[in-house]
Order: sequence, then structure tokens, then C-alpha cells
Amino acid sequence: MRRQLQLSVACAAAFLIVLLGLPLANYYAPELMATRVAGFTLSWLILGVVFFPVVWVISYVFIKRSIGLEEAEVRQVENERKG
Amino acid sequence: MGTTSFLLAVVDSGGVDGWIVAFSAITVIVTLWMGFRAAKTSKTASDFFVAGRSVSVGWNASAISGEYLSAASFMGIAGMVMSSGYDALWYPVCYACGYLFLLLFIAGPLRRFGAYTIPDFAEGRFDSPLFRKIAVCFVLFIGFFYTMPQMKGAGVTLAYIFPSLPYWAGVVLVGGVITLNVALGGMKGITLVQAFQYWIKMFAISVPIFVVMAVYGGYGAHIGANKTVVENAAPIVEVTRQPLTEKAPRDEVWVAPFGPLTTKAVNAAAKAMPEEERAVFLAEKQKSYSLLYTYSLIIALVCGTAGLPHILVRFYTNPDGGAAKRTTMWVMILIGVFYVFPPVFGVLGRNLLPELYAGLGAKGTDKIVLELPRLIAEKYGVLGSILSGITCAGAFAAFMSTFSGLLVSMTGALAHDVYGRILRPQSTAEQRLRAFKFSAVLIGGVAVLLGCFVEPLEINFMVGQAFAIAAASYFPLLFMSVWWRGMTMKGAATGMLAGGLCALIAATVTNLATLSLDPGPMGKLFAGFKGMNDFWATHPLLRILCEQPAIWAVPLAIVLMVIVSKLTSKDVPSDVRMKMLVLHAPEKLGLKQEYIQEHQAGLGH
Repeated sequence: MRRQLQLSVACAAAFLIVLLGLPLANYYAPELMATRVAGFTLSWLILGVVFFPVVWVISYVFIKRSIGLEEAEVRQVENERKG
Repeated sequence: MGTTSFLLAVVDSGGVDGWIVAFSAITVIVTLWMGFRAAKTSKTASDFFVAGRSVSVGWNASAISGEYLSAASFMGIAGMVMSSGYDALWYPVCYACGYLFLLLFIAGPLRRFGAYTIPDFAEGRFDSPLFRKIAVCFVLFIGFFYTMPQMKGAGVTLAYIFPSLPYWAGVVLVGGVITLNVALGGMKGITLVQAFQYWIKMFAISVPIFVVMAVYGGYGAHIGANKTVVENAAPIVEVTRQPLTEKAPRDEVWVAPFGPLTTKAVNAAAKAMPEEERAVFLAEKQKSYSLLYTYSLIIALVCGTAGLPHILVRFYTNPDGGAAKRTTMWVMILIGVFYVFPPVFGVLGRNLLPELYAGLGAKGTDKIVLELPRLIAEKYGVLGSILSGITCAGAFAAFMSTFSGLLVSMTGALAHDVYGRILRPQSTAEQRLRAFKFSAVLIGGVAVLLGCFVEPLEINFMVGQAFAIAAASYFPLLFMSVWWRGMTMKGAATGMLAGGLCALIAATVTNLATLSLDPGPMGKLFAGFKGMNDFWATHPLLRILCEQPAIWAVPLAIVLMVIVSKLTSKDVPSDVRMKMLVLHAPEKLGLKQEYIQEHQAGLGH
């Protein structure tokens, strides 16, 4: 449970840095965030399009590791039972 | 006879497009048919509540997404992007990303605990039937806040299809049909229907917008037509633009962060000031208050997703905790892809149909998704009607699926908790089924009544409020009880009640004050709340905290939970170690115990 929580917290931190950092970037660097990329402003492109794949990557990593942790735990307990 | 001639009169009165009616009718009929067909196969109470707990990951992910993508996602986001610009983008992003929080902290453990509903979890975790009663209230509070925008979606869509039909008639018609469907079919029908409706919605939002973009220019080009503060002229003007109407926000505030949505309170306050003080006040407060608004909105949406009763109940239809996690991953992909599209409608709508800015209620920007594809008719005739028919069908799928999902959770709470647990614990399975049907009709009726009042409010904004209430009540409850063993029932109840009720009151006051400004009949009805707006004009910060309560209500709930739990630490359930094991240990270890079987052998299994 402790390792699961650590994993969850690490993934949440990665997500929160992106999510809560974007308003700060808009606040402190408005001109940079208004740079044009194919018509979009940079800020619009990040929030409206790029954000989704980033979240998918975080959740994919989480699920792989989380299911791995569970299996490790099961193996450990079963070994103890046998021994 | 009377109804038939009334309907004929409505159809004859002009402006009704046969294609649009046909597509919408097909969606409604297929939905109803699937519901009725499933009604024959769902027999036991367990079938009605959680579909016998055996739905595959693919079906379940489609069904959750189908239920989640409501009128707010389908119509409201586009309308709000059009009216407010960049700031409205936080809604789709956080609607989708809120699932990450659910996945990281709640989905797996909650499924392992194995209870039907959040009240089941609340009771099982703290061994307290009293706490169940408190928790049930919030299923209903959040549910009703969430059904109001769905009902507005129904009213707007029907008023678009039949221009002579009044707004309330659409609300009554759609609300009545869905209520009947739920009362007869239950949840098993709905899992199938919801999954099917996700794919209707995905098709209906993507295909028409690709055609419109092919004809009128792409997403980027249309954003590019709006000039920013740093530019003197718009950089790309390859798209044709209709002149903006008077009520439309200016380019540079619309396309940039901290625009009309988040600066409304400060701007209203500045208007009430003497002219010479305005510039200083705006320079000082506008951006910082706006940042606060943005953060509060983010907290409400991200935490709120994890606390929505009608979404959480679906995790119990996964066979195990691992499947619950995989389902969440797929849900994020399915809804993430969907959420790229609605803002495109808003962006194109600003350039192509600016006359909607002047519309009120059902005739305003909330109908842009329905109206935009019709422009194609100018060049390609009937294709415009067909595409508009497709988006109308999608809108039907949107409010029908979410409304029925909500109705099932709320009815479940009323029939399963209030009737089955509190009023008549000895009732037979047959009596409970009858109670389920009666509760469905009762709740459907109240939802329709509430829906008739909310025409002047924005769809997306109202859904945001439901999220804020969920974020301040269920999210702290679930998050803390899953991960902290020191939590007591008194702590959980105090925190949830205080946070949730504060958010509920703040949201209600905001809505009443907005309704009092409506030039139509609602303005007269709620005129007594006009004073609130004058008060807020002198206290813009309070208005922001009232409009977006999550930033103070969520911490309030968590802090109260910790303090009260510490004070009552002798009441920590004695078997808390076992409970934590059930929540967190992998099923393969054989610790899985279906809480419900132990406590409720009598119900349907």
C-alpha cells in the first residue's frame, strides 16, 4: 500500500506541475504564451490539444507500474506461504 | 387527437427541417428500443443496480464515457468557448484530466471494497448506518445540480428543431421520455445504451466539424484571425469573418488567458467606480483575481470528477480492481479525443455566426453546435441539413445518456438506501423493484421542474457547479477514507457536510443572482435577489469565491476531517486494518470479500 501510494503521488505531482504551471506561465510570460504556432497561440495549443496525450502517457505509466507492484506483492506473499 | 393536432401545428408552422427531425427521431427511438429490450432480460435487483458486475473493459469504458459526455460537453463547451474564449478551455481539459485523479487514488481501491454505491462505501468503511443517510443526501444534491443543465440542453435542442416550440415544452418532453425508459429498463439496459451513445456522440461531434473546416478553413486559421495584444493586425487572415456584433468580446481579450469569464467580477466592480479610479483598480486586481478564479475552477473540476456519484457507481461493474484501472485509462483516451472537438465549434462560430452573441437563453451561444453545420447549406444545399441533423442526434444522445445515468444513481439512492434501508428494511425484492420505478418517476418529475427555470444560465457553467459541490463533499470523503486509517465517522461527516453545504449554498446564491438579471420572465420571478449583484459590485473577490467555491471549500472539508478525526480518535473502527487490507490488497491474495454479500444476502443474488 505504501509503494502504491508513493507511485500515485509521483504521478499526481507530474500532472499537477503541468496543470498548475500553465496558469502561472500565462500570468508571468503572457507574450511568450501568445507566440503564434500555425495560427494557434502557444497557450491555446498546449491547453486545447497537447494536454490530452500528456495525460495519457502519465496514466499508462501508472497502470503498468501499479499492476506490476500488485503482482510482485502476490508473488512475495505466496513465497512466504510456501516457505 | 388534441396532442396530434398540436404537434402537427408545431411542425407546420415553418422552419422545421425534415432531415434534422429524422436524425433526432432515430436516435430517440433506438435508445428507447434498446432500453425496452433490456427490460425483458433484467430480472433481479442486482441486474438493475450494477448490471450483475460482469461488464468487459471495452464496454464499460465506452459506457462510462457515454454517460460522462453530457450536454455540457457536447453543447456547453462550444457555447462557452464562443462566448468567453480561452478561459473556457479549462473545462474540457479538466473534465478529461479529472479521471487521472480518480485513477491514481480512488478507482482501484473503491472497486475492491465492493459496495454498490457511495453510501454503501460510507457505511461499510465506518460501520455507521447514520453516515449512510448523510451520504445519500449528496447523491441527490449533486444529481439535481447536474440534471438542470441536461434539461437546458434538451430545451435548447428541441427549440432549435421546432422553432415555435417553447423552451419548457422540450424540457418536459425529453424528461418524460427518459424517466419512462429508466423506470422500465434499469441499469443493464443502460450499460448497452450508454456504450452505443458514446460512439454516436463521437461521430456527431467530429464528422460535421471536419466538413465545416474543409469548407470554411481550419481550427488554427480561425484562431489566427483573432489578433492578440502584442500584434497590430491578425497574422493570418485567410478565412472570411463576419463582422462581430456589439455584445461579442474583443479579439485580444477573447483569445488570451484571463478573459471575460474570469474577469467578470472585477469588470463589474470597475463599472460601479468613479471613472478616474477605474484604470488603477483594473491594473491592480484584474489579472491576480483572474488567476485565483482559474485555480479555483481547476480544483473544482479535477477533484469533482473523482466525486461524481453517477460515474463512481460504474466502477462496480468491473470484475476486479485491475480492470477498474484499465477501464479508467480507456475512458481518458475516449473522452480526451472527444474533447478536442467542441472548442473548434466555438472558435469557428465566433467568426462565422457572431449574431448568436446577441441571442438570449435558448437562442444564445449554447446552440452553436447545432447551428454551425447548417452554414454548409449555403454552398452544398441538403448536406447542411444532414450534418445539422447529425449534431442534433449527438445532442440527444448527450443529454439522454447523462440524464438517464443520473436518474439511475439518484433513483438507486432513493430506492436502495432510503426505502430499502431506512423506511422498509423488511421489504421483499418485488416491493423494492416497485419502489425503484416509483422513485424514478418522482426524481424525473423534480428534475424537469428545476430544468424549466434555468434557461438564462449557461449549460457548462451549471455543470461546473455540480463538480464544485462534488469536489467539496465526496472527493474528500473518498480520498481520505481510502488512504488514511485514522479517519473516524464523525470527522468524515463533519468535513463532508461543511464543505459540501458551503459549496451548495454558494452555487445556489450565484445562480439566483444571475437569474435576477434576466430580461425575461425569470428576472421578474427572482427579482428579490438583485441586491446580491450590487453587493458583489463592491466586493468582487467575494463574488469570485462564491462563483467558484472549490478553492476554499475543498481545503475546508479536508481540514475539518483531520481535526475532528483527531479529536474523536477513540472512535476509529476497530477492524480498520482489515478494511485497509480489503481496499488495497490485490484480489489474487483471496482477501476479496464482497461487502454487499456479507451484509445484504437478501438482495437479489
